[in-house]
Amino acid sequence: MSACDVDRRSELAGTEGRNTRLRLQLDVPAGDGWIGELARGEVLRIVDLHGNQAVDTLFFDAHDYANRYSAVDTLREQGNAYLTAGSVLRALDGEPLLTMIADTCGRHDTVGGACSQESNVVRYGEHTRHMHACRNTFLAQALAWGRGRGGGADLSKRDLSANVNFFMNVPMTPGGGLTFEDGISAPGKYVELRAERDTLVLISNCPQLNNPCNGYDPTPVRLVVRAP
Amino acid sequence: MTRILAETLPGGASWSRVCRRATALTLTDLDGGANVALLLYRAGDPLERYCMPDTLKAQHVSRLTAGVALYSDMGRVLASMTHDTCGWHDTITGHATAAHVAARWGAASYQDARNQWRRSARDGLLVELAKHGLGRRDLVANVNLFTKVAVGADGALQFVAGNSPAGASVTLRFELDVLVVLCSAPHPLDPAAEWTPRPVRLELGAVAVADDADVVRTACAENGRGFAASEAVLR
Repeated sequence: MSACDVDRRSELAGTEGRNTRLRLQLDVPAGDGWIGELARGEVLRIVDLHGNQAVDTLFFDAHDYANRYSAVDTLREQGNAYLTAGSVLRALDGEPLLTMIADTCGRHDTVGGACSQESNVVRYGEHTRHMHACRNTFLAQALAWGRGRGGGADLSKRDLSANVNFFMNVPMTPGGGLTFEDGISAPGKYVELRAERDTLVLISNCPQLNNPCNGYDPTPVRLVVRAP
Repeated sequence: MTRILAETLPGGASWSRVCRRATALTLTDLDGGANVALLLYRAGDPLERYCMPDTLKAQHVSRLTAGVALYSDMGRVLASMTHDTCGWHDTITGHATAAHVAARWGAASYQDARNQWRRSARDGLLVELAKHGLGRRDLVANVNLFTKVAVGADGALQFVAGNSPAGASVTLRFELDVLVVLCSAPHPLDPAAEWTPRPVRLELGAVAVADDADVVRTACAENGRGFAASEAVLR
């Protein structure tokens, strides 16, 4: 399936019909990242172009980075361990940061975290130490964001906390287990997130090759931002 | 075990201390129904801290109990849960803010209630963190000792009352020098009608380091590598 086919299909549902303006569209290559702001009211669509691609994402209040997305506050307040349409993504202060207003996938993880060189060594062994990893992408993007603002934006490792893994399926069992399952996503599946306040978005398009979270073949994803 | 410290932390209170490698902290729920929010940082380098996701995915667990290692975000084991009578300690549902306390139980200020004032775990943890130069940016997903929040097949979260009866205890053995930050305020999902923060006994003592046959080290291949990483940084 080509990217164009995906686009036509996604025209059937979502924000296009709601009198919105396309503000940004770009494809994030496999293993690459993106950082940028959403103004309050803007909607970010993330499209899993080729299927089974984990998109590791952090969110920050654009005017107070310490008030960032909090996975545990989000889960507790919604009373459910997974994210889907209707989920309110909350900041550390307990207030909404974004709302997931559309989801054609059905379930997204937020306890599995992002891969790092160090966690890869623990999980898969020393030979994986120098494989590409999400937290390196997070740091590279965060540093670039700071440089782009004359060093005025202090965003660093200290700001990396439990992220959302869009399109990733990590079921928890009633007995206290955690399993990494084949993705339930497919080509063209997407989520839409409406910013409830000005929000900084930090994305790593996951390069993990050691488990099925990317179908063992990381692929590009599409970001589409629409303004009201 | 050579005793280093023994004290009772009242309900709703906060505490912090650097606990050295080769020591173990036993927490005992004196009255039953306690909750202790727990955060761990590597002493001397608090940029390295307890990491809920890395802990869970390394061991394929969604809760903590005896035999589970508590990982940092740098691939090292900070502490091991070497003893537990509860069977389940939560780490995916966070802690209460002042807004939760006011909504669930009603606010009570120091002026009105003196030292019975109702402080949230969030406020307690932030003050305790500030004593070490840390703040909101360091406030990551915490452990809730003694608390069980079950996950249903559909993902529904359910607070399980009675997870920790009076006398329940849990022991953390430290594999590195670790800054331990605690707050004994109630969990936000605790259905108790009244504000009833519970006291916890804290006992810190010297213990042997994990040997090659240690049950936490050998629980899975991942933990073997995590322990090796902790030991490598000491050399």
